[in-house]
Amino acid sequence: MSDLESFRAETAEWLEANCPPEMREPVTDESDMCWGGKNATYKPGQKEWMDIMAAKGWTVPDWPKEYGGGGLSREETKILLQEMGRLKIRSPLASFGIWMLGPALLHFGTEEQKLHFLPPIARGEVRWCQGYSEPGSGSDLASLQTSAEDKGDHYLINGQKIWTSYADKADWIFCLTRTDKSSKHKGISFMLFDMTSKGVETKPIVLISGQSAFCETFFTDVEVPKTYGEGISSVVGEVNRGWDVAKYLLGHERSMISSDGSAGATSLGAKFADTYGRDEKGRLDDPMLRSQMAEMDIDVLAFRAMAERFGDTFKANLCHPAQPNMMKYAGTEINKRRHELIMSAGGSEVLEWESDATNGGLTARSWLRTKANSIEGGTSEVMLNVIAKQILQLPNA
Amino acid sequence: MALYLNDDQKMLHDSAAEFMKGEGNVAHFREFRDKNCKDGFSHALWKQFAEMGFSGILIPEEEGGLGLGHVEAGVVLEEIGRNLTPSPFLSTAVAGVEALNAGGKALRDQYFPGILSGDSILALAVDEGAKHRPEQIAMAATREGNGFKLDGKKQFVVQGGSADMLIVAARTSGSPGDDKGLTLFAVETSAQGMSRDSVRLVDSAMAAHVEFDGVLVDADAVIGEVDEGASVLQRMLNAGRAGAAAETLGVGSGAMDITVEYIKGRKQFDHIIGSFQALQHRAAHLYSEMEIARAAVLKAQQMLDEGSPKAEMMVSVAKAKAGKATALSVKEGVQMHGGVGMTDEYDIGLYMKRDRALTEFMGDINYHTNRVAEMHGY
Repeated sequence: MSDLESFRAETAEWLEANCPPEMREPVTDESDMCWGGKNATYKPGQKEWMDIMAAKGWTVPDWPKEYGGGGLSREETKILLQEMGRLKIRSPLASFGIWMLGPALLHFGTEEQKLHFLPPIARGEVRWCQGYSEPGSGSDLASLQTSAEDKGDHYLINGQKIWTSYADKADWIFCLTRTDKSSKHKGISFMLFDMTSKGVETKPIVLISGQSAFCETFFTDVEVPKTYGEGISSVVGEVNRGWDVAKYLLGHERSMISSDGSAGATSLGAKFADTYGRDEKGRLDDPMLRSQMAEMDIDVLAFRAMAERFGDTFKANLCHPAQPNMMKYAGTEINKRRHELIMSAGGSEVLEWESDATNGGLTARSWLRTKANSIEGGTSEVMLNVIAKQILQLPNA
Repeated sequence: MALYLNDDQKMLHDSAAEFMKGEGNVAHFREFRDKNCKDGFSHALWKQFAEMGFSGILIPEEEGGLGLGHVEAGVVLEEIGRNLTPSPFLSTAVAGVEALNAGGKALRDQYFPGILSGDSILALAVDEGAKHRPEQIAMAATREGNGFKLDGKKQFVVQGGSADMLIVAARTSGSPGDDKGLTLFAVETSAQGMSRDSVRLVDSAMAAHVEFDGVLVDADAVIGEVDEGASVLQRMLNAGRAGAAAETLGVGSGAMDITVEYIKGRKQFDHIIGSFQALQHRAAHLYSEMEIARAAVLKAQQMLDEGSPKAEMMVSVAKAKAGKATALSVKEGVQMHGGVGMTDEYDIGLYMKRDRALTEFMGDINYHTNRVAEMHGY
């Protein structure tokens, strides 16, 4: 047996032996995931599973061991994720620290910053949120205005962020601030600070789908120390060069969101055929719906191959640097279409907004929520602009 | 296995790309079209394919071929598609050889040398109506002495007029719709009672209507087992469909590249039209669709090479997705070219015609979409 084959066998055996049974039930929605943090409330099995995995470094299997990771190779990480998928085992920890801040620190952080910030993320002790968008700065993010005034030993933060997911639940924020008003792109800094600081206020946003994770976040004379200890600056990368960090991270965010399209990869037709009834040949008894679902199967299975290829080429440094934009575009658009089809298949029953039968309108709320997929993290239109310019090399107007 | 070409496959890609661009390019296509020759392709170029080793790409090494797989066949086919190279490669070296690989040694010994040397052409006689419906094959093969007697009609036999041998799917028992009762035959085109009427298609390729009027074949012309031909046919169709998907992908990629280049050069209203967002977004969407199709095609090829039980599903996904993306590519291509896109002088319209023929070959988008639903049990 090759090393990788024995790794797969050992991993599968270990997962089966150690994963609590609750953590092998499918995740219903984001509120059903384990997010960690200082104020976390855990459902049965969540804390236990997070701690077991964190002890092995497997909440972040491909991070180096010294930062709380598992130190696994690309191939080993892929095998671990495949085995977890095969055994229907939940991810132990959902975290913007893992998905976004971590990659930024690993790439731009000092050794001291990495040692200070990364292990608590890996252990699920500190929950982070992202402060990017502002009311006047959506697609044109670099026009952001939240100011960080240099006051000698600290920065004074004033301004407003919007679409700050889980700002009301997060312990810390990684936040884009304006440290220089004279340059649009080269006047932004990537700053880390405590959400319990005086002058930070959050307010949840109600969406067309109902309650949401999104918040408005207000900063009024928030004092952010310049350092949290020797070599631990509150700014990641250089001051005024936060846009480089943000751009790097957007790539990560886009590749993460794009996995949505492949997540629900089970065939809708196979799922709905029993509800609808079948004709004498065993076909779903609504020819138009059947054909739409079959088209969706084609697109979902093809996109799943694309997601695999993207992952493989991304890790091997073979894909175009702007390819995450294409994945984000395609993944979110297919997810929106998929939910349109689910609503159509559900008919009038899934319109019930509050009843127990629909689990509080879950299908309808999920459908509405997908409409944000192609807006958040860069709109589809911006993705298409980037593909056109950076990949196809089409000229500026 | 990573879902991208490995180093050997990349080298094969480079040599196939250089060869097709040099020898089998669009100028070559036009030359053969304008000659109005009966084959629609160059026998000399087919000989060159053989010299490059391409014609033996799926023939096992111990039988003189390269012993490679569907990924490699697809690499060559994508370049054929991209350059509109007129070639019997898909029917002969991919689908035809794959069928023979499922047959006995005597048949392989009979046909492989000619394929390897670039002297033989095979064609596939499957379709009996306007649409690809292999499940509904009705053509009869009745026992006669030591062999069989074939009666019936086949159509859309691509390059059938130039072929030395046809792989014929016929019914030795049962009725249309039955899985059992199909048998595949290797039938020499010199056989008594066979008549072939070659017609030129929209993409300038030649295809034949073939009539079998009591054509007698020996029992050793059977590929695989009598009445059990469905599995051999499926193997041939999988190879042909994955191959056609790869060629389609090449057509779509080629059309997209030509179009993107065109809109980078064309000026209207004092601006390069490729700077207009209305075109940029459509071009970027097209790029996205082509990328997804490419992943689906490669995945299907890898699954076929691995012998995965789900390969057949992915082959249908690949054929349908490549068909959809390429249809978009050629339609957007002609539209974005504007008036010149309608002229014979510009190449983009040739890609549209090629795509139209390829999409019908071995099942169109609807056929494969329906199959995916059936394989999912609905």
